[in-house]
Amino acid sequence: MTKTLVTAIIAALTMIGGARPARAESLSLLNVSYDPTRELWRDINSKFIPAYQKSTGTTLDIKQSHGGSGTQARAVIDGLEADVVTLAMWPDTDAIRKAGLIDAGWDKAFPHNSSPYTSTIVFVVRKGNPKNIKDWSDIVKPGVEIVTPNPKTSGNGKFSFLAAWGSVTERGGSEAEALAFVTKLYAQIPVLDLGARGSTTTFVQRKIGDVHLTWENEAHLEVDEAGGAVEIVYPPISVLAEPPVAIVDANVKRKGTAAAAKAYLDFLYTKDGQEIIAKHYFRPIDAAVFAAHTATFPDIKRFPVTAIARSWDDAYDKYFGDGKIFDSFYKPKK
Amino acid sequence: MRIALVAFTILVMGVLIVIPLVNVFYQALAGGGGVYWRNLVADADTRHSIYLTLIVAPLAVAANVVFGVAAAWAIARFRFPGRTLLTAFIDLPFAVSPVVVGLFLVLIFGLQGFLGPWLRAHDIKVIFAIPGLVLATAFVTFPVVARELIPVMEAIGADEEVAAVSLGARGWQMFSRVTLPNIKWGLLYGIILCNARAMGEFGAVAVVSGRISGQTDTMPLRVEKLFQEYNMPGAFAVASVLASLAVVTLLVKTGLEWKTRSDLAAAARETARGKT
Repeated sequence: MTKTLVTAIIAALTMIGGARPARAESLSLLNVSYDPTRELWRDINSKFIPAYQKSTGTTLDIKQSHGGSGTQARAVIDGLEADVVTLAMWPDTDAIRKAGLIDAGWDKAFPHNSSPYTSTIVFVVRKGNPKNIKDWSDIVKPGVEIVTPNPKTSGNGKFSFLAAWGSVTERGGSEAEALAFVTKLYAQIPVLDLGARGSTTTFVQRKIGDVHLTWENEAHLEVDEAGGAVEIVYPPISVLAEPPVAIVDANVKRKGTAAAAKAYLDFLYTKDGQEIIAKHYFRPIDAAVFAAHTATFPDIKRFPVTAIARSWDDAYDKYFGDGKIFDSFYKPKK
Repeated sequence: MRIALVAFTILVMGVLIVIPLVNVFYQALAGGGGVYWRNLVADADTRHSIYLTLIVAPLAVAANVVFGVAAAWAIARFRFPGRTLLTAFIDLPFAVSPVVVGLFLVLIFGLQGFLGPWLRAHDIKVIFAIPGLVLATAFVTFPVVARELIPVMEAIGADEEVAAVSLGARGWQMFSRVTLPNIKWGLLYGIILCNARAMGEFGAVAVVSGRISGQTDTMPLRVEKLFQEYNMPGAFAVASVLASLAVVTLLVKTGLEWKTRSDLAAAARETARGKT
């Protein structure tokens, strides 16, 4: 009895230990990404894996991990063995560089500042737009409830804040006016969720709120899922988000996956990759592919984060640092 | 008054427990049995999460059986300095938030942590892999087995063990022939409870899992993921498996509770007879 039990435990442990790839012609990659890109990467992987096998003979097994962008960066820093990171924003990826796992200059390693696509923050409203929301000033009217995640924990939350701020300062308003605007805005948020998907659930399933500030791709997904109960409104101005991709150099060196990881990220810049990106409502950077999808992507004015801060590090500190602008006016509801 | 109290309890139970439980099964089976089955087995990531839970939970339970029996024995049979403190420490995992338990592990085994760099240099994976999941689960369910055994062992007393030793039994003989048969129902009860808790563990596991689909997602993590991917039938199908497990646990637990109680009563009767 005891002997069988011991044998069984040893067998189980060996099985677990034996899960590593044994042969050279099969490799395993781990892509650590943020919340709203699950469907995108699933699609990319299903196209990239056969293409890579055809050209190199190597069979790839690509695993995905998704969560809040900041949380995911933290996990990689703590030892999650990502081969590539495809996070929501520059500072999260750069935090991994600061921990010594990514080489300096990563944001120039791939074209377009290592961002294969761009995105922005848009409004999602209830069907028929009953509160008549067209511009940023409309969402802070009395009686309008806003849903968006917490800027402290979420990439979506940060970009929503920056978009709201810039909607004032990029149209000639002063910083004092911007502060007054966001103070009003965050007072009208009944639930501040931790991540993008949490907010989507709040808005669509729990039917809380009149307007949802969210990623453009998430907005489209939401319209599909809600079956026409909600619709997208494009504000005339919003923020330009450029989610970057990077190879985690320390990990690929250990695992011997550098070539495959590079090919994987290079694939995003090919015509096929850009088409998949556009299909999932992320804005492709390839001019020809973008031109073929202009109907999907209305032309709105998008300002970069560097327009309202000196750099990303500065923006992080100025707006979201402890005791800085966001903390100065936001008091959590009790 | 009594009727009002009973009615109130039933109402609260119905609203908080029965209706949500029934709803899980209703939602899971809304598309029919075939769809339900496909939701469970057609998706490789879901299949893997079930398989992973079936590996992680038994390993955590096995660890806790060894620890629980040892701890219960030490506490019930011996008087030593720090005994009260030890008893209090056993309960610690119940008092600490599971998320904090996960962070403990990250601080110890994470790449920036205490042992992380050494583990990485020797190519040993703990967090973001199965050992981390087992550790997190075992830590959170630590007290369950010991808590079940201590009162049983205290109630039964050491008389039979002393008798066995005086008749020449060696330590292991005494344990397997006398102690184990006496505590077997309590132990089984602890194992079942521990297993149920281990399979459902979310907080601590979420921190150390790394959330890799098809690799480190256990069933509770998979439920969350499917839910967030708008796959309601899939999420409810996996949730229903976890809920079924809870129902089975409840039934077995009730049966065993009845059994232990009558065993304890019998033991008490016997002690009483011995004294007269």
